[in-house]
Amino acid sequence: MSRPEDILPPDLFYNDTESAKYTTSSRIQHIQASMTHRALDLLDLRHPSLILDIGCGSGLSGSILSAEAPPHTWIGLDISASMLAVALERDVEGDLFLADAGQGVPFRPGTFDAAISISALQWLCNVESSEESAGGRLKRFFDGLYASLRRGGRAVCQFYPKNEVQRGMVSQAAIRAGFGAGLLIDDEGTKGAKTYLVLTVGGGDLNGGDITGVVSGMEGVDVDDSRRRAQGRDRSKRGVVEKKGSKGWIMRKKEQMEAKGKVVKPNSKYTGRKRNIAF
Amino acid sequence: MKILTLNFLMCARKACKSSSDAFPLHPRDVELEIVETDINPLFIRNILPRVEWAALRAMCNELGLPQLSETQPSCTDLFSTENLDPDATDSEPTQTLRDLHNLLVQTCIMEGKLVCGNCGHEYAIKEGIANFLLPSHMV
Ligand SMILES: C[S@@+](CC[C@H](N)C(=O)[O-])C[C@H]1O[C@@H](n2cnc3c(N)ncnc32)[C@H](O)[C@@H]1O
Ligand SMILES: [Zn+2]
Repeated sequence: MSRPEDILPPDLFYNDTESAKYTTSSRIQHIQASMTHRALDLLDLRHPSLILDIGCGSGLSGSILSAEAPPHTWIGLDISASMLAVALERDVEGDLFLADAGQGVPFRPGTFDAAISISALQWLCNVESSEESAGGRLKRFFDGLYASLRRGGRAVCQFYPKNEVQRGMVSQAAIRAGFGAGLLIDDEGTKGAKTYLVLTVGGGDLNGGDITGVVSGMEGVDVDDSRRRAQGRDRSKRGVVEKKGSKGWIMRKKEQMEAKGKVVKPNSKYTGRKRNIAF
Repeated sequence: MKILTLNFLMCARKACKSSSDAFPLHPRDVELEIVETDINPLFIRNILPRVEWAALRAMCNELGLPQLSETQPSCTDLFSTENLDPDATDSEPTQTLRDLHNLLVQTCIMEGKLVCGNCGHEYAIKEGIANFLLPSHMV
């Protein structure tokens, strides 16, 4: 199956027709909701928070944040005016911005408690003009995201990497921006595999600022420790940090996973009015 | 766009990153609307320390909204003292908390533009949505 981001730029792919189709599909609604819940679990927010939603689209992910009790408050960025028009029709609670995440994050330092991005980051790797590069766009995005989060803040980005190279490029850009980073993959090896990039900003009270504590506290999550072994006990090194897992499946997976430095999760159950905004 | 959001927003241009004039953005020719929203006391308490009070006061001036107190309210001003546990759901919101909710969350800019004090770039707002797409020569 061809990937939409290989066909068209996002603002053209998500035109009025596609945006409406996307948002009304009950299959898509269901998948986006379950991934957003998964991301929320990983964020582990203790208070009603201010959350940035990158590639918020028509607000399917944001609506989940608003439905928490008490609700979170979110601000969404999206590059598609058609998607945002659908969000307006749906009367979502979050504030919406027409913006390209590859141009940065226009908020002052320490604004957000947390950030989520559901099914959007793979688009950032695409370059539409000769003046920019995928690396440059990823850098501006992650540098801006890092600065806009408060110390101790977290971001969870579910995305569909095209291949391991792209997955590595995205994770490395995040780490270079200063984040502590871990990858978590649900239903790995299946057609429904879901990749979550879990990012932490140091300086808070979060288990030393790495994701070990985030993941180890979660039911059904096992953590691969290959990177840890590869690095010896050097925990000061920023990047992917794993905790020793002891389940039998890790033994089976070890060889495959060795040196990838990944956090791995086995199969799980997580498995109106038409408007036009012409700018 | 909520006034709260405006209090966190700055010019997107790289050249303005380090300028102290790129925050706050200045609202021009705006239409405001009160959008009724349930009060979320714990959210206000969480966000209040992050609000730039001086910038908020300046925004209220520029928007012709009532003047704010000179000093920023503190979290203890948000709940009546009868219940000292701020996480208790029966803690009574004070008038200060209601006023903050009304200003930060319910007062929204629906139309107009935001102007950067450093580079002069104008960001249009339509139906509450701000356009922060930069032409590539301005990125
Ligand atoms: C698959 S949709 C996901 C929308 C929403 N997060 C959800 O879960 O339903 C991907 C979204 O990413 C947006 N997007 C793609 N590239 C972007 C960019 N560079 N900046 C901001 N948004 C972008 C698209 O316009 C689209 O709305
Ligand atoms: Zn500027």
